Amino acid sequence: MLHRFANPARFMRLSGVLLPWMAGAAIILVAAGLYMGLFVAPADFQQGESVRIMYVHVPNAWMALFSYTAMAVASAVALIWKHPLADLAAKSSAPIGACFTFLALLTGSLWGKPMWGAFWVWDARLTSMLVLFFLYLGYLALYNAFDDPTRGARAAAILALVGFVNVPIIKFSVDWWNTLHQPASVIKMGGPSIDSTMLWPLLLMAIGFNFLYFWVLLLRMRGEIHANKIRMIRLRQVHG
Amino acid sequence: MKRKHKRLVFVIIALVLLGGAVGLVMSAFEENIVFFHSPTDVVEKKIKIGKRLRLGGLVEEGSVERKGTRVMFRVTDLVNSIPVVYIGILPDLFREGQGVVTEGLIKDGVLEADEVLAKHDENYMPPEVADALKKSGKWDEMSGAVKRPGPGSGSGAKEEAK
Repeated sequence: MLHRFANPARFMRLSGVLLPWMAGAAIILVAAGLYMGLFVAPADFQQGESVRIMYVHVPNAWMALFSYTAMAVASAVALIWKHPLADLAAKSSAPIGACFTFLALLTGSLWGKPMWGAFWVWDARLTSMLVLFFLYLGYLALYNAFDDPTRGARAAAILALVGFVNVPIIKFSVDWWNTLHQPASVIKMGGPSIDSTMLWPLLLMAIGFNFLYFWVLLLRMRGEIHANKIRMIRLRQVHG
Repeated sequence: MKRKHKRLVFVIIALVLLGGAVGLVMSAFEENIVFFHSPTDVVEKKIKIGKRLRLGGLVEEGSVERKGTRVMFRVTDLVNSIPVVYIGILPDLFREGQGVVTEGLIKDGVLEADEVLAKHDENYMPPEVADALKKSGKWDEMSGAVKRPGPGSGSGAKEEAK
């Protein structure tokens, strides 16, 4: 099954068809989610208007975890089955995930100052999220640290798999330890504890961010394939 | 076994062992990972006087006394409570019945805090819904929310609705 998509030519054809749909879905959903979150959704009974940061912060944080999970799965496939596209997917996922993580940390900090009274505290949720950001940066640095790109890919894939232990830690940090960060509101036992007028814009944003991720991921993977082709042509010119 | 199967088994075993090791390390360091201690922790474990401490819990209903910028209140986990003194500006979310994390030194059973952080809970709703819940008496069933609607526990809109 996997090897049907291993062919880069088939991947280029398929991703070329998917790209405009992903782009359209991402733009429409994020635009609708932002409009509903910023203008339609009510203010919170405690936080007032500051609650609107949530519509950007939470999708970013979810996608930070999603991108890392995708990167770890792709790295495992690349290590075990030596699937060439899996390696490209992992490599292309890292910078996107790093951006999501950075934005989650930034927007969280902007919310923290008015609500908690501090931009940053070293509680388990915030610290593990910062570790995730460094894992992304470490992955990218390690990938590019070798002269032989296949060795870099292997080392980085192992780092991605080792770092995956951090993902459940982030998710459950608010349940396992006392943290300043509030516990989960949406994905938890007993259903969401967030009013449906606020949940809908949040879900729109989350799905929109998901499409955004796959849009940018496919773009980056296509770029990598083109770059590889150019490298091959140059090599042939030098040796031929 | 084919080579790729060997690699698969190796990766799974390595991840399980790593997960177990990290789990053990973190349970051993639990004391250092928790961000704050509850009043019961402080009472039971007799945390040393003169050591900096973060105390977290709910601001006890009716315990807040203000004298200028000097605020006195009690932090409770509904079992034990510890008095706190703080001089400074409180965060917006600070109110009676709400979660709070205070940091400072315990002297004579009183925490002299130099930092007070408000802890937000996981409940998000518009003010009208909060009022409706209070009127129908379902407010207390929500975990982590204000336990009793007391004086000063909400915004102006909520006060009017009562």
